[in-house]
This record gives sequence, structure tokens and C-alpha cells, in this order.
Amino acid sequence: MHRIVVVGAGPAGARCAERLAGRGFAVTLIGAERDMPYDRVALSKFLAGEILEADLLTHETTSLKDAGVSHLAGTRVVAIDREQSRVLTDNHGAIGYSRLVLALGSTPVRLPFPGADLPGVVMYRTLDDVRLMIETARAGGRAVVIGGGLLGLEAAYGLAKRGMTVSVLHAVDRLMERQLDHAAACLLTQRLARHGIATHLTAKTETIEGDAHVNAVRLADGTVLPADLVVMAVGIRPETALAKAAGLDVKRGVLVDDTMASSDPKVFAIGECAEHEGVVCGLVAPAYAQAEIAAWSIAGALFGYRPETDATALKVAGTGVWSAGQIDLPDAETIVYDDTEAGEYRKLLLRDDRLIGAMLFGDTSDGPWYQSLISGGLQLRATRAALPFGAAFALSTRD
Amino acid sequence: MDFSPPMTDAMAGEPVRTTCPYCGVGCGVLAQSDSAGGAAIAGDPLHPANFGRLCSKGSALGETLSLDGRLLHPEIDAKRTDWNTALDAVAAGFAATIAEHGPDSVALYVSGQLLTEDYYAANKFAKGFLGTGNIDSNSRLCMASAVAGHKRAFGEDIVPGTYEDLELCDLIVLVGSNTAWCHPVLYQRILAARELRPAMKIVVVDPRRTATCEGADLHLPIAPGTDVALFSGLLVHLADVGATDSRYVADATTGAADALAIARAQTPDAMATAKACDVDPALMRSFFEWFAATPRVVTMFSQGVNQSSSGTDKVNAIINVHLLTGRIGKPGAGPFSVTGQPNAMGGREVGALANTLACHLEFNRPDDARTLQAFWSAPGLPAKPGHAAVDLFRAIGDGRVRAVWIIATNPAISLPEAAGVRQALQRCNLVVVSECVRDSDTTDLGKIRLPAEAWGEKDGTVTNSERVISRQRAFLPAAGEARPDWWMIAQVARRMGFSDAFRWTSPADIFREHAALSGAGNNGSRLFDISRLAAMTNAEYDAMAPTRWPCPATGAAPDARFFGAGGFPPRTGRANMVPTPSRPPFQPTSAAFPLVLMTGRIRDQWHTMTRTGKSPRLLAHQPEPMLSVHPDDAQALADGSLVTVAAPTGTAPTGTAPTGTTPAGIATLRLRHDPGLRRGSVFAPMHWTDRFCPAGRINPVVNAAFDPFSFQPELKHTPVRLAAFPAQWHGFLLARHNHGTDLAEYTAVLPANDTVWRHELAGTGAAEPAFGRLREKFGEAAWMKLNDPASGLFRAALIVDGALQACLFISKDPSSLPLREWLVACFSSPVLTPRDRRMLLAGRPAEGPMPEAPVCVCHGVGATAIAAAIAAGSTTVAAIGAATRAGTNCGSCKPELRTLLHGLLQTEPA
Repeated sequence: MHRIVVVGAGPAGARCAERLAGRGFAVTLIGAERDMPYDRVALSKFLAGEILEADLLTHETTSLKDAGVSHLAGTRVVAIDREQSRVLTDNHGAIGYSRLVLALGSTPVRLPFPGADLPGVVMYRTLDDVRLMIETARAGGRAVVIGGGLLGLEAAYGLAKRGMTVSVLHAVDRLMERQLDHAAACLLTQRLARHGIATHLTAKTETIEGDAHVNAVRLADGTVLPADLVVMAVGIRPETALAKAAGLDVKRGVLVDDTMASSDPKVFAIGECAEHEGVVCGLVAPAYAQAEIAAWSIAGALFGYRPETDATALKVAGTGVWSAGQIDLPDAETIVYDDTEAGEYRKLLLRDDRLIGAMLFGDTSDGPWYQSLISGGLQLRATRAALPFGAAFALSTRD
Repeated sequence: MDFSPPMTDAMAGEPVRTTCPYCGVGCGVLAQSDSAGGAAIAGDPLHPANFGRLCSKGSALGETLSLDGRLLHPEIDAKRTDWNTALDAVAAGFAATIAEHGPDSVALYVSGQLLTEDYYAANKFAKGFLGTGNIDSNSRLCMASAVAGHKRAFGEDIVPGTYEDLELCDLIVLVGSNTAWCHPVLYQRILAARELRPAMKIVVVDPRRTATCEGADLHLPIAPGTDVALFSGLLVHLADVGATDSRYVADATTGAADALAIARAQTPDAMATAKACDVDPALMRSFFEWFAATPRVVTMFSQGVNQSSSGTDKVNAIINVHLLTGRIGKPGAGPFSVTGQPNAMGGREVGALANTLACHLEFNRPDDARTLQAFWSAPGLPAKPGHAAVDLFRAIGDGRVRAVWIIATNPAISLPEAAGVRQALQRCNLVVVSECVRDSDTTDLGKIRLPAEAWGEKDGTVTNSERVISRQRAFLPAAGEARPDWWMIAQVARRMGFSDAFRWTSPADIFREHAALSGAGNNGSRLFDISRLAAMTNAEYDAMAPTRWPCPATGAAPDARFFGAGGFPPRTGRANMVPTPSRPPFQPTSAAFPLVLMTGRIRDQWHTMTRTGKSPRLLAHQPEPMLSVHPDDAQALADGSLVTVAAPTGTAPTGTAPTGTTPAGIATLRLRHDPGLRRGSVFAPMHWTDRFCPAGRINPVVNAAFDPFSFQPELKHTPVRLAAFPAQWHGFLLARHNHGTDLAEYTAVLPANDTVWRHELAGTGAAEPAFGRLREKFGEAAWMKLNDPASGLFRAALIVDGALQACLFISKDPSSLPLREWLVACFSSPVLTPRDRRMLLAGRPAEGPMPEAPVCVCHGVGATAIAAAIAAGSTTVAAIGAATRAGTNCGSCKPELRTLLHGLLQTEPA
């Protein structure tokens, strides 16, 4: 019987451990955080006060134990000894494995501004980060969020809901530039403003100011934004240090094949630390899919991993922002639906009458349908005119 | 100035008995005016023409009374002026022109829309006091061949029969008449009669399989222009099978032998006739046999006969078969000309055509001129007839006529060679236009515009196709400063120094004069005699019930019918059977112009749409001008696409204008595949104008050939070719205002309902700039948009405070545009629901049935409801009517109901 060690108790690691245990393997799940595995994706809801902390937990200690998973919380793996097939931990010594699953996730990027390590500057990544943000927000005050991507905006919205005056600094000329075009980003800026969140585009942060605690952010153009809290959400970096040190093949992430095996057939990598065919995923859905694949592979059933189209969703005060596939190809055909006044915007990208990307602002309930169309790659000539109006409509008008 | 308003008790709110202003059936109407300037309209159950029935157009009269677009004040050079100034200017202009260039340098062009009194005044003014024969009427386009044919055969323009004959006959032959659409009430009377006597047969002779054919026992789809051959062949057959009424022929006719000899030479038998007409010989034989075997037979004919370069011969060929068999002037038997206009007959009675005098007095009879001159105390009558319509506008074009007064008609659109007519009016020194409509293709060209009273305001009489004179009464106050046409004419005449002859103070005065003239020097020499009516008091005139002429002052009450026992007007004594050698139409088709264009009416429109174009209900049936073509002739041209129709250049057939100078006419219309059309023929409606669809005006294409006897233009035979209109985009704009007809190369505009205007568009340039340009018409505005440039799809909607103000849909292909009905309905929401707003640019509701254009216009019943009724077990048109009300008012959709019924029942699984 194989002994499986899963390093990293985030969503992908926990899912993989659970599946393997369910198939009768002895599984040890090692997590650096002291908390039980929780739903990292739901942190923004917690920050926004839409759910309680308890709702975040995905696995109780007992449930993991019942499932046959041995969970070592607050334990850090310091090295992988591939020769002896074991991992070395900071507080549980060496743990042997017959198969190792790396689900190390990623590390938020901390830009090296002067003052970036002052107290009051948080990365928006862990439950602890969010606890600190909530604590700070209790006193109201001002927050500056550096980074106008998905995470930064979720942080900004949560903090605004908790009563802080929030500014978002974004280095490029539109929010969420990887998911949104100008028009949609503009709508989003307006929508945020309606919730008291100011957006500063093409903003270059110069220093984070403060003595014992952050008190302002200074921009290159001289603007000074007072701040009681600075959230840095400028991106993530796959966590690959352990793998690299162990001599596994690593580019941006740990290189894996279709079975999620690394260059060492005994070692698997999944989630944000893994790189499959040049792609490092940054979303939870593919991470779960990889966890499932790795669990099957270890059990001996070789299903190849087929990446689904990534979709990004953001929900701000009842307005959704959703995008999937390619959204910024200058040579693609576009269908744009624009009802700015009603806060509705849709952009669909097509090539050869096949949907290759979609961006929704406002009502995003059709997102999964568009996602399936992008993945399915069907010719849409007949239904093209109905596409912008969503699944129910397009299906009802079908002959 | 005489400004006594012609108000009567009519305005008090009691229903007023009047007559419909549309076709020549002359239905009685009950109009109950309301406080808002409108009126409730119903058929008059006591009127002998319709006994309470009305067609779709008549039923919708209440929707056409708004003052929108009315000419309300006199204008000179498009600037408002007062009546005195305007009338002075007309009088001075006519007087100066005559002084310098003689009486034949002026002209009047008038209309079958005029009341008899107006008509009489115009004719008296022109012939008696201006001293010119240059007065012609748009009836030239309608009835001139019937008039000429009647005169040649009977010696006088007489319709021998009555509507009752259509019900009493055992066989009715409808020739060149889409009766179901153009004279719907008569058609309903015919169908009702056949319902009671199923043995009665209906034959339709028409190159098109029209709605009329749906109720017919036999359809003879003859080649356009071959009617003479048909009736010539029939004449031979009747003679050969012994159907000749030898006694009648001997006692009452002349010329039978010659007519038969000519006929026999060209169409010796049914086979030869079938060949000449290009129809199945078996059909021809059936028709001949039925006709020969049926003594009670009526041949009813209309524009398909008249509007032809051999129109008069066609009329005589028809009359000949009735004379040969003595089937004329008897209950249920006779030739029957049915007129297109409400008062074409009145115009014929007053003689307001260039080649007649008045009251059936004739130019070619010296006694008549003396009678008339004496009666009128006129300074002198013109020695010769004036210019007939087509010729008249050529004379205007080349400067022989320098001043023209156009009254109640729209020649810039309705005449053939319409582009030339327009040019002529642009060049003319003085164009006076009396109209109720401010903007028409012709009023635009008027230097002096005089506001005329419209239907509902004016007061007088009309005569329908069965010689019944009915009062048309006012039930609304005159709009603005509008005045009766007779009043304007009298005012101008007085200013020109003819006060004594134009002292009338009411239409009754004029009617009495007209009635008296009909008896002047008559002594039985003219059958048109209404002299008994000359003694009417004003009160009797006001109360006059529908009255059939003749009504001579003395003698016994005459028979309702003429000629049953001969009795032709004394000057000839006998009817003349005119030989009718068959002639081909003026212009043959050719390899370059292989198709024959026929023009005509559609069910729910009237003339140039100045009235029916106000009714959204009436426009729903055909919102745009459609060119119907057999699918085999359409070839690559798709149903619903736009096509250009082009005719050869230089078609002027007479010496009055140099040939070869006529501009090439083209028009752009929406193509409709219609398997009911004869291969080689296409059909276009004649209604659309600059106001509604400049590109779709068909008359610039129509050749200006005309009949040598009647001068009636050949509107039913122009060789044309078709080509795809090179549209880069198609689209429509719905908006709360009429944005005009210059939005795109092809624009058709129409009211979709009381608040929404529909603009159908197509352009030859790029779609995206047009999309931007059209939105700019609304200034700075935030539109919701859907752009799919790669598909050529652009859609936008303008919503202000939640209410839809405009929507614009553009597409490469017209068939991918949504139906307009749901979008139109969205305009009525004060605030669009979020759900409707989301679906707006999809052009259809998220769920539920799609609104559709009605089949039954009167009750607004669509095809879906009708199909549901059929599915639920309705197997007859009557059952559909009971279930849905469709077809239960005017009945003009019954042919379509029958088609739907047959289609759906046939596709039902066995």
C-alpha cells in the first residue's frame, strides 16, 4: 500500500488528499498554516462580511481523520529528499512517501517599495491576512489597495463594505486588463466609484510611508494618499523553491505531464505551483481538476489532464464581472453588447464563427454557457445573432 | 368675401349619412363625429351599394381624419398668405397667361376625387370661360377606355346595368379586375349571392392569380394585353354555337357582320384563341362553353381592361359579345364597367375631360356646343378638344401650356413617365395646386397652394358605378382655412370678370344648374338626364336619398337598366358592334427587357396614400412597395430582397414630344415571389410616393403609351428588366417621429401605430458609417448598442427615462432582421421592464409568441391565431370567422383565410 504525502493544505491539496484517502491510501496532508483547510476563494466573501469565518472551513479535523487523512497543520516542509523518498519538516521530522503530491500554491508578490514591509502592509492571501484587514477596518480609516486585478478589487470592495475609505492604485490604464477591455473596465471603475472606491489608473507607487506603521502611499506624480492599511495585490508567483531545491524540472512552475507527474514519476504537482504545457493556473477550478487527475494517476487510472477554459469572475455589489478565453485579440471578430446605462456590457470574441473569448459585465449568469461554447469549439453560424442574449434565449430561438 | 361656413346639423353628433371617398362602388357610410375631431365609421345599412358592408379601407376611415399633414392655409411660394391674395394671384396669373399666349396656354387637371359640384364648376370655368378644352382628369387613367368604348358602341357613355345584376347572374366574368381587393364590397356581394345559389359560376380573367381567383370556378391567366383576342374568339364561338340573339342583333345593332368577320379572321376557334392568349386550350373551351350556355351573364371589367393601348377595343370586344347574344340591360346580364374612383362617374356626367363638353354634350356635334354656350351664357366654347392627361403634361413640359391648376390629384406620382411630369411642373410658369394635403409630390411643386376641404368636411354629391347619385355630407368643420373646391373656382372666375356665371352660394345651387343642363335641349336625345332634380329645394338636396339616373323631368319613371330592348340614344338608334382587330401592346418585350410590368392597387391602400397612408392598420398588410414575380422569373433574386426595375428609354409614342428624350425610369421595390403570377409578368403597386418611398415610385418606369381612342395610358404593359439592388446593408429605424425618406438610398416610411414611425432602409455604402450617421439624427444621445461588424450586424436603441425612443437595426441580409411588431409594441411601455430591455436588441421577447402582422386588418387577427383555429377544428372560412372574428367585417382577407385553410389542411397528416 502506497503512503502518500500531500504538501500544501490549500484547496487543491486538501481535495487530492481526500480523494486518495477515499481510495484507501494512507495520506498525510501537511499544511504550513495553523488553520484547518479553508476555502481561499471565499476569503473575499468573508472580508466583505457575506459569510462567517466558520463558513470558510472546508474540512473539520474529524472529517479528515474519518476520511483517513492525517493532517499536520502549522507544519512546514523544509526539503524533499527524493533519494530516500521522504520530506523533511520543521516540526515532525522526516516523513516517508511512496508518492508525493506538491500542492504548494503560490506566494503573493511583495513589490520592493521603500516601506513595503511596514506594519499595516498586508498581502491578500491567507486567512490571517484577512483577519488583520478586518481588525484594521474596525476603526474605519483609509485603505490603499495596490493592484487593480481581481484580488485587489475584491479586497477593495470588502474593505469598503467594512467602512474604510478605499483607493485602488493600478499601474496600467484600465482595471483587470487581462480580463476586461476598456469599455468594461470603465464600467467597473464607475461601479466601484458608486461604492466609494476611488480608482487611480497608471499610478506608479513610489514609497509606502510611515514610521512604526504605514500612514500614506506616495505616488511618482507626487500624490500622497493617506493610508491606515495598504493591501498589496499585485500578483502571485508559483511556490517552487522546494521543488527546485530537490532538483525537479521547474520553469515558472513545477513541470508536469498530463498525469500531473513531475520529472520524478513519484512526485506530482498540482494547482498554482504546477506548470502544465506552459500554463500555470491561477484559479481554483483547474486546481481542483488537477487534484482529481493526480489522485486518479496515483491510483493507477491514467486520465490525461485537459485544461478547461479559464473563467474569471468577480462580484461587486450585485454586479458581476466575468471573462473567459481570449479577450484581447486585435484580429478576432467581436460582438459587443453595450447597455451602459443599465450596467450591462458583453463582448464576445470569435474566429471562424467559433467563440474564443467572452467578457460579461453586469449579468454574468450566462458565463458557464459561454465557457462551454469556448471549450466546445462549435461552429456558431446559425446562432451567432442570438449569442449576446444568453443561453436561454439562444436555445429558445433554435430551429 | 363669402366665408359662410358650410356647417350643418351634421356636427351636432347625430350619425351623418355620407359616402365613402374610395372606390367607385360608392358605399354609404354612417359617420358619427366625436368631440376630438375624429369620427366613428360604420356602413350605412340603407345604402343600396353596400347595405351596411364596408371594406378594410372604408372601415379605417376614422383613422385618417387627423389634421397631420393637412394644408391649412393658402400659400404662395411656400409662404402663408390670405385667401384674397392667393385668389387674386391665381386670377391674375391665368388672365395674364391667356392675354399673352391665348386660352390654350392654360389648363386644369382635376380628379375623380372631386364631388360632382366641384367637377361641374371646374369644367364650366375651363370650357365656358377660360375658353379652352384643356381640362382633363385623373379619370383619364381610370375610366377613359370605358367611356370611349361605351360611346363607340352605345353612342353615349352609359353603364347599362346595376349592382343587382352581379347577384342575379348565373355566370360572372371578372376581367382585369382584382375585385376582392379593389372593389371588396361588390366581391362580397357576389360571393354572398353564390352562397345562396351555388350553381352560379365565377370566372376570373387576369394574368395574375389574384385574391379574387380564390373564390373563382375558373381562372384564365391570359397573357397581358390579349383581352381583345379572348373576346374576339368568344364572339366567334358564340356565333358558331348558335348563341346569337338574331332578333336583337337585327333590331338593335349594326356592324355585327364586320365585327364577326374580323374576329373570325384572327381567332377562328377556341384553340386559336387559347394560343393568342397563351392559356391552356381546355380552360378556354370551358370558358367558351359556360359563356355560351348561360344567358344571365355579366362581364365586369376594370383597370386590366381600361389601362391599355388597346383599352377601348377591349371594352368594345366585351360589349360585342353581349350585343351579339342580346345579353344586355336585362336582369343578371350585361357588360359592366366598374370605376376606380368615388366620383369618376360624376366626372363623366359633368364632362370634365378634355374631349367632352358637359352633361354628355359632345364636341363633334355643333348643336351641343350651341346648347351649352347658351345655357352657360358663355363668351365662346373651345372649338376642339384639349390635351388629354399624358399629352397635357408634355404640353406643359414644352411650354405650350404655361399655367396649370391641379385640383385634388397627384400627377407628379400617378402619371406614367412620372419623372417627365415632375420636370414639366418644375419648368411651368404658374402651378396652382388645390389640395387637402400639405406635402405631396405635386403640392411640393405648386407655386400657389390652396387648402381644400377633405372628406368629412366637403359637401355635395357623387355618382357610383351603377349610376346612383349619393350625397356626400360634411360631419366635421373645415380644417383651418380650407374651403370647397367649387368655391375657389368660383372666386377665381369672379376675379377674372365672370361674376354672373359663378354666383353660386352652395353646392345645391351648382347641382340644380347641372341637373337643369342635363335636360337642356335634351328631349330624349341624351340618356343622361337628371332634370327632375333641378327643381329640388335646398332642404330636398340636403335630404336627397341615393338616386339612380336617369330621372328626366317629364315622362314615366324609367327602367333601372338600359338597352334591354335596344333603345340606344337617338342619334345612332342602334348599338354599334365595333370591329376589334387585335393589336399587340405598344412596346414588345425584348431580350434586354424580357418581363411585362403591370401596375395596380393593393388591398389596403388607395391612390397615392395621402389618406390610407395615415392608417397604421392599413399599412400593416403591405408596409413597403412589393414587386411580385413568379419564382421562375426571379432566378437568383431572393424573396424579400430589394430589386431595381428598369424600363427602356425613350418610350414616348406620339409626335408631341421627341422620342428618345424620356429619362430611363427605374424603381426599387421589395421582391415577392408569387407563384400566382404568370411567368413573364411582374406586378407593382402604384401607390408609393416621395412621402413614403421615393425609390419605390413605379410610374417613372411605366411607359407613356396610350390608347388612340381614349388616350388612357397603358399602365398594365411596360417591358422591364430586374436586377438586384446592390445593397450593402438592410435595416429599419423605429422612432417616435417621421424622419423622412432621405435616410438611405432606399427608404420606405410608414406609421407603425399612433406613436411610432417605421423606416425601412437599405444602403449601398458601408453599414457601419450608416449606423453612426443614422444615430446622429438624434443628436448627442446614449444608445444601447449591439455591434457585430464581421457579420454586418448593428443594432441600437435609444432609451430615455426608461422609455424607448428609437431603435435601429442593420443587417447584411433583410431576412435576418427581426419582425418589427414586438419592437413597436415596446414603445408603448412608459418604462421598459428590465427583461424587455435586455431583449430589445434581440428584437423579440424572451418568451411568449412573437407579435405578427395581421391577416385580418379589420379585427387585427394574425396567422398564428388563424392557424390555431384551424388546428382546433375550423374547416371553413366562416368557422375561422366564428372562432377568431377574422374576415367577419369587410371580408377582403377571406381569400387569404382560404389559402391558409387549404395549406394547413393539406399538410395535416392523413
